[in-house]
Amino acid sequence: MEIVLKGIAWIVNPAHWTSTAQNPSIGDRIGEHLLYTLISLAVCAAIAVPLGFAVGHTGRGRGFVILASNAARALPTLGLYAALLLAVGFGLLPITIVLVILGIPPLLAGIYSGIESVDRLTVDAARSVGMTELQILGKVEIPLGIGLIFGGFRAATLQIIATVTIAGYFGFGGGLGHYITFGIAANDFPQLAAGAILVIVLALAVDGILALIQRFVVPSVSGGTTHTMRTAGDGARHPAASYRTPIKEGH
Amino acid sequence: MEWVGTNVGLIWGLALSQIWLSIPPILIGFVLSVPLGYLANRNRLASSLLLSLGGILYTIPSLALFVAIPIVIGTSLLDPINVVVALTIYAVAIMVRTAAGAFAAVPRSVQDSATAVGFSRWQRFVTVDFPLAGPVLLAGLRVVSVSTVSLVSVGAVIGTSSLGFLFTDGFQRNFFTEIWTGIIGTIIIAAIFDLLLLLVGRITMPWNRRGRGAGRSVPRSVAAVTA
Repeated sequence: MEIVLKGIAWIVNPAHWTSTAQNPSIGDRIGEHLLYTLISLAVCAAIAVPLGFAVGHTGRGRGFVILASNAARALPTLGLYAALLLAVGFGLLPITIVLVILGIPPLLAGIYSGIESVDRLTVDAARSVGMTELQILGKVEIPLGIGLIFGGFRAATLQIIATVTIAGYFGFGGGLGHYITFGIAANDFPQLAAGAILVIVLALAVDGILALIQRFVVPSVSGGTTHTMRTAGDGARHPAASYRTPIKEGH
Repeated sequence: MEWVGTNVGLIWGLALSQIWLSIPPILIGFVLSVPLGYLANRNRLASSLLLSLGGILYTIPSLALFVAIPIVIGTSLLDPINVVVALTIYAVAIMVRTAAGAFAAVPRSVQDSATAVGFSRWQRFVTVDFPLAGPVLLAGLRVVSVSTVSLVSVGAVIGTSSLGFLFTDGFQRNFFTEIWTGIIGTIIIAAIFDLLLLLVGRITMPWNRRGRGAGRSVPRSVAAVTA
């Protein structure tokens, strides 16, 4: 535990918070880390949101999506990153591709299980009063399934924030992973611990903010349909869609 | 491809060590998560405690955890036990949540019936709760298995022998084939593990064939339990 204290000491050292030409400050590193996260999340959402809505609404292609998600989970991040660096060279693109591949499975799973979790009777009722399919999706399925959808978004965000750290490993500096890579290379364990602590705290802070948004902004539907993330008791309603690993069994 | 041919011995050795490093975290993670998940499902305090702890552990970057473990538990940096401990932590972090959900999905009425015909709590756990939670537990275990196999390769950054060596070495030598060999090898191992788990599921849970949802297969298993 001594190493954790040394890490904290490294973080609170004011010298590490002032940026110089050679050494960006901790604040700058956090900014980079968040920037990479945001870019990847945006790309993830651009792909997963329409796809998840389509799969959840029509029920078609679900088997394929699950298969593709599981295959993506098996892809070793480090290897993929190394291959992409050799293929496209240093820059923002390789790490973004890695993070997008990593972030899509949890986001996609949250979205389609959210849409699927809506009672089919409710959907049929909406259809019978003359709603178009798009209206059903927008006015019924998305609002009712928003809890799980948001849960998938939170899971993807956490996963990406934790993994941005590898951006630094092969030498493309940037993000908080720089401290970890540099700490390993220089046997500077306090700096390494500082990097790990900063990533964890950043991830928890972002998740905390998202949790608050979920509680106050995301509409909750009576009957507890949306609050499936927090308690095990509510998990009973959507056992297959628990928050971090929205697993679907049988595939 | 020529490179693969001449280095079969090296690749095979790395693959074997990747396999041996993957098995303990998956098994230990499962054995620890089942009781923890059961506990989380019965007790609100335990639930919020375990689930948020799991969330925190899961956000620790693997790169950092691999290096931090030897410092914290005092093993040597090259000891493969570091990777096993780190991956067991991730396995539990993922699996506890699934296990809690799996036990929560066991219908209350079935549990009550078991109690009514005189099952002790332990008997009920072994013969009712655990088998009925089985399909969801298996699904969670498959996620753990895939991510463990894939994460073992990150151990290469601290010099643990695994297919991840091909990533760092291939990158340094600017050699694509080597990296791709490592990626494909990792995926093949993950796929074999997954098939084995599926097979175990088929054998131990014959009532769950044809990919039915856990909830929907319950009535039959109820019949099996009460028969």
